[in-house]
Amino acid sequence: MAADTPTGYIKHHLTNLTYGKVPAETPVCDAYGELTGETFQQASWILARCDVQVDAMGFWAFHVDSLAWAGIMGLIFVGIFSMVARRATSGVPSGVLNFVEMVVEFVDSSVRDSFHGKSKLIAPLALTIFCWVFIMSSIKLLPVDTASAIAAALGLGYMKIVPTVDPNITLAMSFSVLGLVIAFSIMSKGVGGFFGELAFHPFEAKGITKFLLVPVNLILEVVALLAKPVSLGLRLFGNMFAGEFVFILLAAMMGYWQFIGAVPWAIFHLLVIPLQSFIFMILTIVYLSMASEHH
Amino acid sequence: MNMNATFIGQIIWFAMFVAFCMKFVWPPISAALDERKQKIAEGLSAADRAERDLELAQEKASGDLKEAKAKAAEIIEQANRRANQVVEDAKGQAREEGDRLIVQAQAEIEREINAAREQLRREVAALALAGAEKVLASEVNPAAHKQMLDQLAAEL
Repeated sequence: MAADTPTGYIKHHLTNLTYGKVPAETPVCDAYGELTGETFQQASWILARCDVQVDAMGFWAFHVDSLAWAGIMGLIFVGIFSMVARRATSGVPSGVLNFVEMVVEFVDSSVRDSFHGKSKLIAPLALTIFCWVFIMSSIKLLPVDTASAIAAALGLGYMKIVPTVDPNITLAMSFSVLGLVIAFSIMSKGVGGFFGELAFHPFEAKGITKFLLVPVNLILEVVALLAKPVSLGLRLFGNMFAGEFVFILLAAMMGYWQFIGAVPWAIFHLLVIPLQSFIFMILTIVYLSMASEHH
Repeated sequence: MNMNATFIGQIIWFAMFVAFCMKFVWPPISAALDERKQKIAEGLSAADRAERDLELAQEKASGDLKEAKAKAAEIIEQANRRANQVVEDAKGQAREEGDRLIVQAQAEIEREINAAREQLRREVAALALAGAEKVLASEVNPAAHKQMLDQLAAEL
C-alpha cells in the first residue's frame, strides 16, 4: 500500500474503491498498489488498485464503496422506518416508534413552515434526505482506519466508507433536487412560465428591449438556477470532507494517540452532522417552495 | 475530486429511497399521527363534555333533592292534618253516640216508669177495694161505688 508517507496515507484514505474500465496500455498494480511494470494488453473492467488506474478510468467508473455504503445506509433507514410504519398505530406509541414519530413530526413541521403548497412528494423527500444524509455522515464517527484495515484484510485496496465525503454522492442528490425544482416550476407555471421566468427576469422591459435583454437574463438566471444545486451539494461535501480530513490528519500525525484530538472533533461533529443534514433538507424544501410559487 | 458514473448510481439510489419512503413509510406514519391527533382531540372534548354533564347532573340532583324534601314535608303535614281530622271525627262520633245512648236510656227509663205507674194504677184500685172491704166488712156494693173508686184511682 502506498501509505508509508503521510501524504501517501492521506491520499490513500481519500481514494474511493473504484470499479471501471481501464484502456489498454494502463499500468498493472499488485495487491499493495505498487506498479508491477506491466501494462494491460486490452481494455478491461477492474477494481482499481492504484491512482494511475483510477485516473485512467475516466467518467465511466463507479465508486463501489460510496454506492454500497450509501445503499446500505439507505436500506437501514427505509428498513427501520418501514418496519415502524407497518406497526404504526394511533394508540400509545413506545420505543422506536416514539423516536421515528419524533423525527417524522420534526420533518413535517419543517415542511409545513417552509412549503405552503400541497404535495405528496415533498414531506417523504425531506424525511429521506434528512435521515439518509444523517446516517451516511454518521459513519465517519468510526475511527478512520477501521474500514480501510478491514478492507485491506479482504484484499480491497481502497475503502472510503463515508458516502457524503464523495462529491458524486452529494451532487447527485442536489442535482436530483434541481430536477425536482424544474419539474415543480413547470407543473405550477407551465413550460412557458418556467422559461419566461428564466428569460424575462431580473431585467424587465417593455417592447423590443424586452427581447434584447433575453440573453443577459438567461445567463443570470441559469447561473442562479445552477448555483442552487451546486452550492447545496458542495456545502454538504465540503463540511463532511473537512471533518473527515481532520480525522485523517490526526490519524496520520498521531497514530494510536489520535483519539486525543479525534474524540473532541467527533463530539463537535455530533453537532455538525445533524446541522448539515437539516440544512440540506430545509434548503431542498425552500427551493421547491420557491419553484412552486408564482412571482 | 473526480466526478464519474457514481453520480448516476446515486441518483438511482436516491430516487428509489424517496419513492419507497413516499409509498410505504410516510403515508402510514402520518395517517397514524393524524388519527392519534384526532383521537386526542375527541378525548379532550369528551372529557369537557363529561365535566359539563357532571355539573348538570349535580345541579339536577340537588334540585331533585330539594323538591323531594319539600314534598316530604308537605306529605307529613298532610298526614298530620288528616290524623287530626280523624281524631276530631272520632271524637264527634263518640260524642254523638254517647248522646244517643243517653237519650235511649232516658226513653227506656221513661217507659219503665210509665209501665210501673200503669201497673200501680191498675193494682191500686184492687188494693183500695180490698182495704175498703175490710174496713166496711161488707155492705158495700162494688158496683155502686165503682165510679167513686175509679175517680180515686185516677187521682193517683
